[in-house]
Amino acid sequence: MERTHMRRQVGLMRQSLFTQGFLDEQFIQLEELQDDANPNFVEEIATLYYCDSSKSLQTIEQALEKTPHDFNKLDNHMHQFKGSSSSIGAKKVKDECQQFREYCKAGNREGCMRTFQLLKKEHATLKKKLEAYFQMARQAGPLETASRPK
Amino acid sequence: MSNFEEAHVLVIDDNLVDRRLIECLLRNSSCKVTAVDSGARALQLLGVDGLKVDLIITDYCMPDMTGYELLKKIKNSSNFKEIPVVIMSSENILRRIDRCLEEGAKDFILKPVKLSDIKKLKDYMKKPSTTCFNCFYSAAASKLPSFAPPCMVVRLMIQEH
Repeated sequence: MERTHMRRQVGLMRQSLFTQGFLDEQFIQLEELQDDANPNFVEEIATLYYCDSSKSLQTIEQALEKTPHDFNKLDNHMHQFKGSSSSIGAKKVKDECQQFREYCKAGNREGCMRTFQLLKKEHATLKKKLEAYFQMARQAGPLETASRPK
Repeated sequence: MSNFEEAHVLVIDDNLVDRRLIECLLRNSSCKVTAVDSGARALQLLGVDGLKVDLIITDYCMPDMTGYELLKKIKNSSNFKEIPVVIMSSENILRRIDRCLEEGAKDFILKPVKLSDIKKLKDYMKKPSTTCFNCFYSAAASKLPSFAPPCMVVRLMIQEH
């Protein structure tokens, strides 16, 4: 059946997001909150994250363009950004945030700039992957409770 | 049925995504939730608006008023000091945790918040009201034959909760 095949594809897509390190176990917490009362919770909170975090990225980018760098302010902004990324299980994004904060603490301007580019890239990559995943999940129809990655 | 039912939790977190997540985690555990983005707003709700809650969960790192400062204000107020307060933070700093517990926080949750963190919180809710007791009693009694003595009903209630 077409639907069975699609569901299998969705399952494989989901699995690869975990095995490739884009997502961690916090994403499973989101999935566990998805039920009949909240059938689109995961996609909703991911959308909220991308809306909110895009603004944060802009703020950080503007702060990075100012010289000298206010490392305290940058660290504060990044703390927020890391928090949201962590809450939705965005592992690679969170790791780059952590790296950025280390460079802030060390007052390393070059490190901050370099890591910020990597962070933006991870943020954009995950967004594309999640969009594709959610779209395919919607087409395949409602899944049973998500199984944990092996 | 859990003794979360009808518990009203006030959540304070300036992070939009975290606020949404915790709201959902709590609603999933059958709590009523009011979520705000600042300590000032929380105090306004509790004080001016007379909001009645069974538990307060607050983030530590917030601009203007930190969770610690909010905790102190609550514990120093004659009206709200009995409300249990739980602090959340993404940073596992022992000094910070100790400070909050010394000031009267019931517990400290390390973010990102999970369902298991929320389930622990029922221990800190205010004692169930008589209404809750009656609900639990009726629910247990309905599962037993009508001639079952009260002690049997209570035993089943304890087993179920």
